[in-house]
Amino acid sequence: MLRQLEGSRAVAEAVALCRPEVVCAYPISPQTHIIEAVGALVRTGKLQPCEFLNVESEFAALSVAIGASAAGARAYTATASQGLLFMMEAVYNAAGLGLPIVMTLANRAVGAPINIWNDHSDAMAVRDSGWIQLFAEDNQEAVDLHIQAFRLAEELSLPVMVCMDGFVLTHALERVDLPGQADVDAFLPPYVPRQVLDPADPVSIGAMVGPEAFTEVRYLAHLRQLDALVAIPRLAEEFATRFGRSSGGLVSTYRTEDADTIVVALGSVLGTIKDAVDALRDAGERIGVLGITAFRPFPTDAVRAALARAVRIVAVERAFSIGFGGVLSTDVALSCQGLPASVHTVVAGLGGRPVTRRALEAVLHDAAAGKLGRTTFLDLDTIVVERERARMAADRRSGPMAENILRDLATSAASPHAEEGR
Amino acid sequence: MLQVRFHGRGGQGVVTAAELLALAAFVEGRHAQAFPSFGSERTGAPVVSFCRIDDAPIRTREPILEPDAVIIQDVTLVHQVDLFSGLEADGYVLINTSRSFEELGLAALVERLRPERLATVPATELARQHVGRPLPNAALLGGMAALTSAVSLGALEGAIRERFPGPIGDANVAAARAAHDHVRRELGERAHAATA
Repeated sequence: MLRQLEGSRAVAEAVALCRPEVVCAYPISPQTHIIEAVGALVRTGKLQPCEFLNVESEFAALSVAIGASAAGARAYTATASQGLLFMMEAVYNAAGLGLPIVMTLANRAVGAPINIWNDHSDAMAVRDSGWIQLFAEDNQEAVDLHIQAFRLAEELSLPVMVCMDGFVLTHALERVDLPGQADVDAFLPPYVPRQVLDPADPVSIGAMVGPEAFTEVRYLAHLRQLDALVAIPRLAEEFATRFGRSSGGLVSTYRTEDADTIVVALGSVLGTIKDAVDALRDAGERIGVLGITAFRPFPTDAVRAALARAVRIVAVERAFSIGFGGVLSTDVALSCQGLPASVHTVVAGLGGRPVTRRALEAVLHDAAAGKLGRTTFLDLDTIVVERERARMAADRRSGPMAENILRDLATSAASPHAEEGR
Repeated sequence: MLQVRFHGRGGQGVVTAAELLALAAFVEGRHAQAFPSFGSERTGAPVVSFCRIDDAPIRTREPILEPDAVIIQDVTLVHQVDLFSGLEADGYVLINTSRSFEELGLAALVERLRPERLATVPATELARQHVGRPLPNAALLGGMAALTSAVSLGALEGAIRERFPGPIGDANVAAARAAHDHVRRELGERAHAATA
């Protein structure tokens, strides 16, 4: 049914359609609306049977989900940013134990400095934990990916994280088509656990494993992720047949057929990038877009195939590895080893800075003209950076960096308004 | 595509205003996207929200930098915040006030824009009268339906009632209608004065 819903609310409805039996989460912006809405669906009896547990922290939230999942229940949680980092040990445990928990990550920057706004630092911090990571381009895809995520998780006995951009998607009210319960039930059969804590048939889960078998357990986890590279497109196809629209899959391409320049990105920024690409196409540039839906497992072959005839690749990333550079770029570059294209990183939208079409057009135009360097920070205020560098060089006790910069910005923002008032 | 930017203060329903407008466009079968400016929400702090309406799906996620219409929910923001940034000469402005643009010190803005695209409405007063609370958003949207052809008053009423079922919805619909009448009258008088 077509509805005009806030992204968080739409995801909550989608999660409820998947009939989780245990939901446990701790509120944190920008995830809070999701879990509030799921809580309301449980309280009003629209989602039942389901136990909604209030806990004292994110660590407890995922630990409860781990316990519930190990006892054979379909379990769901959601978090963001510091919340994800606070549950870090449990994040690795859920994956290492092979428990098919589904978690929404409302992507948000990681402090310090504290920042509640969107970027992908949180998702990248758990990139190597063994969770499958899927990124939604819009709220329709966020809805659809959650339905696919439960099926995928349970089929492979692996946890799945559905990443949706905090605020940009979670707080955006837009049109979504919510599937009917009967269709979701047909797509997502009841959970049959591969391992279960059952007093009638006791097993222990979570044994200590020494050097004699740790490598093999890890290698098996890797193989299961590689199985997901087959399962994800198959489920996306099955989803399209049943629900009448394509969502999910490993990657998506837009106007790449004859493209010399291909932009690669994750998540909601793909929408603005497509608008920028249309404008550049109108200006005669051969440019296209590769959206990565499955970031873990990384779809190396699909990425390589999509980029095979590109002259240059521009990865637009909402995160970066401090002291090195692009994260997505590294995976893309390794996938494209031996291909002729140069790989460029554009770091954009950190801590909620808007990624504008105008800025994207400018940087992509530079790329097409061969003028883009290895790593570019979009819309970087170099004056602010230089001032702080100068302060640090001039004074040993230059003080806290973030506060210095904010003071600078407040001073420069105050003067034009004073002019206007006169 | 029609792009509308709402300026107000935390607690005045600025985000809800953008959402109601998007919902009204959805009621009319159009595509719409509403989103807030994502600040740390504080009562009384300047807040911005956005709404895009189009016949095709909307892909962009950037904030609205070049609005077609600016709705100002709190008149104390005038001269405090850059309210009209990016507004073109054919843009619309609706301000919640009982004063005129000139009295607000916005004569330069009037010069720059088309007179039939500017309006004021005492939305807070109308809300007090009809809703019993100083929440001007529904009334302003009623005024906006009269000023622009963004959405019909009927679709707006549908959106208000969907979001606020029962007596609260009825009261907000009444405020929206009163503001709609007010703006239509104001524009009629101005057109009459211009031709006389």
